[in-house]
Amino acid sequence: MRLTVQWQDRSREPHAGQFYMLRAWAADATPILSRPISVDDFDNQTGALTFLYQVKGEGTHKLAALKKDDTLTVTGPCGNGFDTAALAGQYKRIAVVGGGIGTAPLLLLCKELCRAGVRPDLFVGFRDTTYGMDRFVPWCRDIYAATDSGKEGHHGLVTDLLDVSKYDIVLTCGPMVMMRGVAKLCAAAGVPCLASLEKKMACGLGACLGCTCHTKIGPVTVCKDGPVFNAQEVFD
Amino acid sequence: MADLHVDFLGKRLAGPVIAASGTFGFGPEYAGIEDLRVLGGISGKGLTLNGQPGNEGERLYETPSGLMNSIGLQNPGVQHFIDHELPAMRRCGTTVWANLGGHTIEENVEGVQMLCAAGVDFIELNISCPNVKQGGLAFGIRAADAGEVVSAVRKVCTVPLIVKLSPQAESIPEMCKAVEAAGADAISLCNTFQACAIDLEKRRPVFNNTFAGLSGPAVRPIALRMVWQAVGAVSIPVVGLGGILTGKDALEFIMAGAAAVQVGTANFLDPKACTRITNEIGQWMDAHGVKTLDEIRGCAR
Repeated sequence: MRLTVQWQDRSREPHAGQFYMLRAWAADATPILSRPISVDDFDNQTGALTFLYQVKGEGTHKLAALKKDDTLTVTGPCGNGFDTAALAGQYKRIAVVGGGIGTAPLLLLCKELCRAGVRPDLFVGFRDTTYGMDRFVPWCRDIYAATDSGKEGHHGLVTDLLDVSKYDIVLTCGPMVMMRGVAKLCAAAGVPCLASLEKKMACGLGACLGCTCHTKIGPVTVCKDGPVFNAQEVFD
Repeated sequence: MADLHVDFLGKRLAGPVIAASGTFGFGPEYAGIEDLRVLGGISGKGLTLNGQPGNEGERLYETPSGLMNSIGLQNPGVQHFIDHELPAMRRCGTTVWANLGGHTIEENVEGVQMLCAAGVDFIELNISCPNVKQGGLAFGIRAADAGEVVSAVRKVCTVPLIVKLSPQAESIPEMCKAVEAAGADAISLCNTFQACAIDLEKRRPVFNNTFAGLSGPAVRPIALRMVWQAVGAVSIPVVGLGGILTGKDALEFIMAGAAAVQVGTANFLDPKACTRITNEIGQWMDAHGVKTLDEIRGCAR
C-alpha cells in the first residue's frame, strides 16, 4: 500500500533511508505503538511524502483504511539514512540490492544517487512478481529481477545475479537472509557494503533501546544509530 | 493559570510530571521535540555500576493497552554516564534523576557514591534488580532485603534518595515501611509488572528470559491501588507511575496522594506526552478553579 502525506517542515526534509513513526489511531487505541515506515519518496517541490508498506498486522491495516484528507501523526524524519551526496562523490559504480517490501526505501535512494551524478544498477528479489519497478526506470542504469517462484525474471535468488566485483559499493535493504548473503559476497570481494536494517521499535528516537542490535562495534540502536550500517560491522 | 510547581525534597520542580526511567534516554533524545523545562525532572536510563549490554532476542511485545519489554538494563555504566551523558542531561533545564540498580549491595553503594560526587539532583534506586547473593531474587521482593540495600546506600547518599519499588513486592505496605525505616527520602512506584507471552508458531516464550516487564495503560488501575497503599503506609512523599497517558490519569494519582507522577510508556506513543500531560493537568485545574496541586493532593482519601 502507498500512503502520501503533506510534509510541511521544510527545515527538516527527509532523505533516502530515513523513516517516520506513523500513527493513525488514538493514544489509547491499539496497537499501543506507532509504526516505523521508511520513506519511499519525497518531492521537495510539493512536500509530498510517500510511504510504501505491506499490510501485515493491525497497525498497517489501520493505515490502509485511511481515506483522502484524513489526518495522522507522523514523527520524523528518524534515523541516519544514506549519505547519498558523499556516496556519489566517492563511488562511481554503485549497486542497489533490494528484496520484497525492502525495496520501499530504495526509490528515493536511486533518485538521490542519480541526481548526485551516479546512476546505480538495481537488483531486486521478490517471491512471485515484482512490483513498483516502473518507477525505478528513470533513475537506474540497469534493473535485474529475480523471483523465488520463477514467474518473473530469474528463477532463484537475487544474489545469483549480482557480481559484486563490478561495483565500488553495494547498498542493500531487504530480508536479513538476503542482506547477509549480499554482505558475504561483498566481504569476499573486498567491496564495501551498507545495509539498512529493520527491527521492532517503540520510540524511534534512541531512547528505549528496544531495537538494539549487537554488532562488532558494540550495541547500536537501529532507529538512531541506523537504520543504515556498514554491513561488515553487523553481519559475521 | 494554575501553579503546577511541586516542592519536593528541598527542590522546586517546575511541574508534577517526571519522565520515567528507561523511556526517555538521558533527555537529549527528546530535547528537540518538547520544552523539557516544564517537566519536574528526567529520570535517566537505568544504570548499573559497570554497564551491561542488555538482553538478546526479542525486547518488545505489544499487548492490549500494554507493552512488554525485556531490555535487560542495557546501559553504558556509571562512569561513562558521568563523563558523556550527564553534561547533556544537565542542559535539559530540569532536575536530573540518576536511576541506579545493582546486583550486589556493594555495587549499589559504589554507584551511588560516584553519582553523588558527580552532582546529580536525585538518586532513584531501582531495587528490582536480581540480588546475586540471594540466588537472583530481586532486592525489591522481600521487605528485609530491600531494607538492607537501602540502609547501606543511605549511609553514602548525599542527595535525596528515592527508592523505586517493584509491584512484585510481597506486600506493598510492608515494603514501603521498610524502605522508609531504612532512610529513603521518598518512594516511587511502580516498576513494570512481571508478565509472559508465548509465540504460537515457535511454541516457545516470546522472550529469552521467559518473563518480561509489562507497562502501559493496562497496569494503571493496579499501579494506582499500589500508590494509594503506599501513601497510606508512610509519611515520606510518594511518586506515582504506571500507565499514565493523560492529564486526567495523572490527576487520579495526585488525588490518591502522590506528590508527583512519572510518565513512561506514553512517551513512545506520543513523543510530546510529558508536556501534553502537564498542560492537560493545568487545563483541568483552571477549569475547576484549582490554583495549586496542594489543594487536591490526596483529596480522594
